[in-house]
Amino acid sequence: MNVIVCVKQIPDPAAPGALDPSTNTLKRDGKLILDESDSYGVEMALQLVDKAGGGEVSLVSMAPNGEVSGLRTALAMGAAKGILISDPALQGSDALTTAKLLAAAITRAGGADLIIAATESSDGYTGTVPEMIAEVLGLPSVTFAKALTIADGKLDAQRQTEDGYDDVTCPLPAVVSVTAGVVEPRYPSFKGIMAAKSKPVDTVTAADLGVTSVGWAGAGQTITNVGQAEARAAGTIVEDDGEGFAKIVSYLENLKVI
Amino acid sequence: MKIWVFAQEAAGAPTSGTLELITKARSLGDVTAFVGGDASGVAAALGEYGAAKVYATGDLGGKLHGVAVAGAMKAVIDGGDAPDLIVFPQTTEGRDVVARLSVKLDKTVLTNNTGIAVEGDTVSVTTPIFGGNTLVTTTFTGTGPFLAAFRPKSFVAESAGGAAAEVVAAPVPDLGATGGATVTAVHVEESSGPKLDEAAIVVSGGRGLGEADKYAMIETLAKLLKGAPGASRAIVDAGWVPYSYQVGQTGKVVKPTVYIAAGISGATQHMVGMKGAKNIIAINKDKEAPIFGIADLGIVGDVHKVLPKLIEALQGR
Repeated sequence: MNVIVCVKQIPDPAAPGALDPSTNTLKRDGKLILDESDSYGVEMALQLVDKAGGGEVSLVSMAPNGEVSGLRTALAMGAAKGILISDPALQGSDALTTAKLLAAAITRAGGADLIIAATESSDGYTGTVPEMIAEVLGLPSVTFAKALTIADGKLDAQRQTEDGYDDVTCPLPAVVSVTAGVVEPRYPSFKGIMAAKSKPVDTVTAADLGVTSVGWAGAGQTITNVGQAEARAAGTIVEDDGEGFAKIVSYLENLKVI
Repeated sequence: MKIWVFAQEAAGAPTSGTLELITKARSLGDVTAFVGGDASGVAAALGEYGAAKVYATGDLGGKLHGVAVAGAMKAVIDGGDAPDLIVFPQTTEGRDVVARLSVKLDKTVLTNNTGIAVEGDTVSVTTPIFGGNTLVTTTFTGTGPFLAAFRPKSFVAESAGGAAAEVVAAPVPDLGATGGATVTAVHVEESSGPKLDEAAIVVSGGRGLGEADKYAMIETLAKLLKGAPGASRAIVDAGWVPYSYQVGQTGKVVKPTVYIAAGISGATQHMVGMKGAKNIIAINKDKEAPIFGIADLGIVGDVHKVLPKLIEALQGR
């Protein structure tokens, strides 16, 4: 069984985010890392291929400046190869354009029995790209899967809902978005890290994929203002001296909630 | 301006997110609700809040909403009744429908919004980023239908005293391979006490609790305060509590009178789900934790020491 995982390379979430004042896009010029949300999908794909007893895991990603460090992390985990879409023309691309590009890259990779993505990225979190990819490719989809098994040419998933979860069944090929926590991602081994350095990454442009009208021109939206939200008034911060609980009690009393 | 609202129901009534959007939409234009499923049980309530008409797909037969409702919407639009704007609650189903429709119509989609403004034919939406500290306003370009999804509790639902809405059938067209996913069973995770997104008091725990067993302190405290227990994404991912407990970007948005964050550092992901609380109390041993930046009362201390004493004091009342 062949699985393709869509992975995003993002600025380190531990560093404070900033907008580029000239374009109002998220600054992504520093070193990028594999979005932690995607490590679950990579792990899930590796486990499913392992269980199927054959096939491989491939990656598709889109990032500026030919960035591959996040892809190398996923390759070190065990993915076999990747396609990177990198093109200066892509700056400002919206979720729809991103989905069209990733779908074209999936087709270029020869398609797969299963396409896995995270439910949303940790930096942009539009949360629509996996479902869009399914529509572009004409495939069924199951979003927000928190458990996933494959058997007899179909998948069975537990799909998270607002109040619990649904059991969902779906024929392959299909697109699935998986939640964080669906599996425990492995740490790349030293051997894996060394092997990843020589695994193939095919770098392509939007034109290579035949997708036109990308970047700001294709976005159908323009940022018209960036402002600061109303700040909350500064609160009272105290060190617990053993009586911290009493401050909470009197605070709640003042609010008349106890 | 002609506006559609993707209307969701739960337990036979429109969801609060749906009614919030209908209330807002009626101040901007003429409102039609679009229901995935049978609308006979909700047409009265949708009309009361301001929808003049309801499109309903009829029973979906276990199909997921995303592909089915988007297909039905596309069919109505192709049939000649195109809205200028379609708004969606930012829920699992809302995101699926708007994503599928975005491709079908080849229109961009803006999600995670908390505000909207309409001037003539121009539609702009406001989106909080960086944990809600920065507000970005984005204007749709080109022609509609414009597609936008809004976080729960962005607007206040108010009845307009309207009459029951007229229900018009909007059948789901043949979906081909895209309609392959089918729901075979529905599981509801029951919780006692008030619902997390409706509770006046919410007590949430995070990684600072150290281990799963310690979450019991959060549940005890929530119960004593007649509130609901919540959680940060970190401990949901770790499997300590179900996803339905999660507060934040990918979980529930809460706006209680009091929010108590225990052992939560205040990642952006969490803050966007709770910074609308009227009063925020934070307990964390790291005095540099971002949560103290928005706390009205912050206790720099160990949750394992503060919580047991707090519980004991409240039990003694």
